[in-house]
Amino acid sequence: MTVKTATGAAAPMPKTGAAGRQGFWPWLNKRMPVDKFLADQVTEYYAPKNFNFWYYFGSLALVVLVLQLVTGIYLTMFYKPGEATAFDSVQFIMREVSWGWLLRYLHTSGASFFFIVVYLHMFRAFLYGSYKPPRELLWLIGMLVYLALMAEAFMGYVLPWGNMSFWGAQVIVNLFGTIPGIGPDLVLWIRGDYGIADATLNRFFSLHVAAVPLALLGLVALHLVALHEVGSNNPDGIEIKEKVGADGKPLDGIPFHPYYTVKDFVGIGVFLVLLAIVVFFVPTFGGLFLEPPNWEPANPLSTPEHIAPVWYFTPYYAILRAVPDQRMGALLMLIAVMAFLFVPWLDRSPVKSMRYRGWMSRSALAIFAVSFIVLGYLGMQPAEGLFVVLARIFAALYFAFFFLMPLYTWLDPVKPVPERLVYHAH
Amino acid sequence: MADHAGVAGSDEVDLSRRKFLTRATIATGAVGAVFAAIPFIESWNPSERARALGVPTELDISKLEAGQMTTTVWRRSPIYVVRRTPDMVARIAGHDTELKDPNSDHSDQPPYAKNPLRSRSAEFLVLVGTCTHLGCLPKQRFDAGELYPSWPGGFFCPCHGSRFDLAGRVFAGSPASINLRVPPYSYPKEHLLLVGADEKGAA
Repeated sequence: MTVKTATGAAAPMPKTGAAGRQGFWPWLNKRMPVDKFLADQVTEYYAPKNFNFWYYFGSLALVVLVLQLVTGIYLTMFYKPGEATAFDSVQFIMREVSWGWLLRYLHTSGASFFFIVVYLHMFRAFLYGSYKPPRELLWLIGMLVYLALMAEAFMGYVLPWGNMSFWGAQVIVNLFGTIPGIGPDLVLWIRGDYGIADATLNRFFSLHVAAVPLALLGLVALHLVALHEVGSNNPDGIEIKEKVGADGKPLDGIPFHPYYTVKDFVGIGVFLVLLAIVVFFVPTFGGLFLEPPNWEPANPLSTPEHIAPVWYFTPYYAILRAVPDQRMGALLMLIAVMAFLFVPWLDRSPVKSMRYRGWMSRSALAIFAVSFIVLGYLGMQPAEGLFVVLARIFAALYFAFFFLMPLYTWLDPVKPVPERLVYHAH
Repeated sequence: MADHAGVAGSDEVDLSRRKFLTRATIATGAVGAVFAAIPFIESWNPSERARALGVPTELDISKLEAGQMTTTVWRRSPIYVVRRTPDMVARIAGHDTELKDPNSDHSDQPPYAKNPLRSRSAEFLVLVGTCTHLGCLPKQRFDAGELYPSWPGGFFCPCHGSRFDLAGRVFAGSPASINLRVPPYSYPKEHLLLVGADEKGAA
C-alpha cells in the first residue's frame, strides 16, 4: 500500500507493527543503556560454576524484601497508627478486611523468614570466607543491611500495639538510658513523652514504612554493586578472575543468566512452599513468630509474665540478661552485634574456604553456630538459675569466636588450595 | 576571547585560591546543615501537650489498708504507694550488706527520701514502679520468705530477676544497678498525696 506525497510521488507507508518494535529497542538503548546493563550485570556476569545450596540465600533475601515491601504497602492502607487506633486496626485487618489476615500473616512470617535467610546467608560467608579480601566492603555493606533490618523488625513489632509490642519497646528504648550522661535525656527524646506513648508509636511507624525501607533499598543496591564489582566468592574460595580463557572470560565462570536464574527459581519455589506452610498452617509458629501476649492490647500497668523478643533477637537478649549489671549487659550486647563488622580483619587465615582450613577454624565456627542457637533458646527462657549460668558460658564462647579469631586462624594448619575450582558435574 | 582565568591575561589557575574557596564553601555549607538539622532533631522532644499532661497527680491515701499497695500514674509511669506495717518497716533493717546501694548514694530520689526507709514517713512508701534495669514493673512480694527462706519481703521484677527490699533498695546479684526511683512528692493535706510536686514546686 502506498500514499501520495506532497509532490505526488508514491512513498512507502511508515513502518508499523513488528518492524516498528524493532525500531523501539535501538531507540531506547541510545537513550538508556538497557542492553549494556543487562549484559554487564546478568547475561555476561560470570559467576563461579560450583555454587551449592548455600548460594540460594542471597537471591531469597531479595525475594523476601519484595514480599515485605508489597505486603507492607498493603497493610499501610488499612493500619492506623496511634495509641487509640493501632491495636483495633490490626484486628480489623485480621477479621474484616478481605484477605487481610493473609496480608498480615505474609508480613509477620516474612519478617521471620527474612532473618532465617539472612542468618543462613551470613553463615555461608563464614563457611567460605566470603568477607575476606577483596570482599571486605561487600561484607560491611551487608552488615549495615543487617543492622537496618534489625531496626526495621524492632519498630515493626511495636506497631500492632499489643502488650508485648509495648513492653518490648520499653525494654529496648531503655537500653539507650544506660549510656552514661546523656542516657535519660536520650530516652525522653526517642520516646517523645515520659513513657512509650502515641508519639513513640507514630515516629516508629514513619521510620518503619518510609525511612528504614528507603535506607534498606539503598544499601541492598550498594551491596549488589559491590558484589558485581569484585565478583562472587565460591565454595572453594578461589578467585575465578585469575584464570581467564583466550576470550577474557573466567574459565570457571558461567553467565548468571540463564544458569543461576534457573537455579534460583528452584530455590524460590521451595522457599514459597515453606512460607505457605507457615502462613496457612502455623502462622504464629507456636509463639515464635507472633508472641501470645501480643494478642492483648498494650497495657502500661501490666508487664507480661516474662518478656522476650521475637526469636531472631533472643541470642543478643540472652547476652544482655547474662550480665548482672545493666550498663555492662547493654555494652556486651552492642559488642555482640558489632563484632561481625571486624571479622574481615580478625581473620588472618591465608585460606578463604573451610574446605581448605584446618580443625581449629572449623571447630571455632561449629562452636559459634551452636552458641548462637543455644543463646537464642536461652533468650526465650526466664532469666533464672541454670539458664543464666548457661547463658554466661555460651556468651563467653560467642565472644571467644571473635576475639580469639586472629590467634586460631593464624595457628590453623591449612591445606593447599587448588589452582582451579573443584567441580563435579551432576 | 573573554578572559575567565583568575590571573588576567593568562590561562593559569590559582590553585591555592581555588582550594581555599572550596574549603570555605564546604565549611559554610556544613554549618548551615547543622543549623538546618536542629528543627528536625528538636521535633522529637516531648510536645507541649505531652508536657502539659505531665503535671502532678493527686491520690487519696486514707482508704489504703496497712500492708497494702495501690498504683497511680504520673508521667505515664506507675507510682507504687505502699502503706507499710510496723512489721514491714522492721524487715527493712538488717540486710544492708546484701544491698548494692544501701544508703542510696548512687540512686535517684529527692533529698527527703535519701534515708534507709527512702520515704518522708515510715508508714508510706512512694516509688516509681518501673524497674531501674529496663523498665518492667516489679511485682509485690511483701511476705517474708516468699521468694527464698531469707527473703525479707519487697519487690521482684519478672523480666530479668531484679530484687528490691521494702524500701525499694536493690539487692546485689540483680541486673538493676540502682534502687527504685522515688518521685518528688508531698502531702498538701492529711491523707492527700501529691506526686510530682514538693516544696520546691512541680518537677
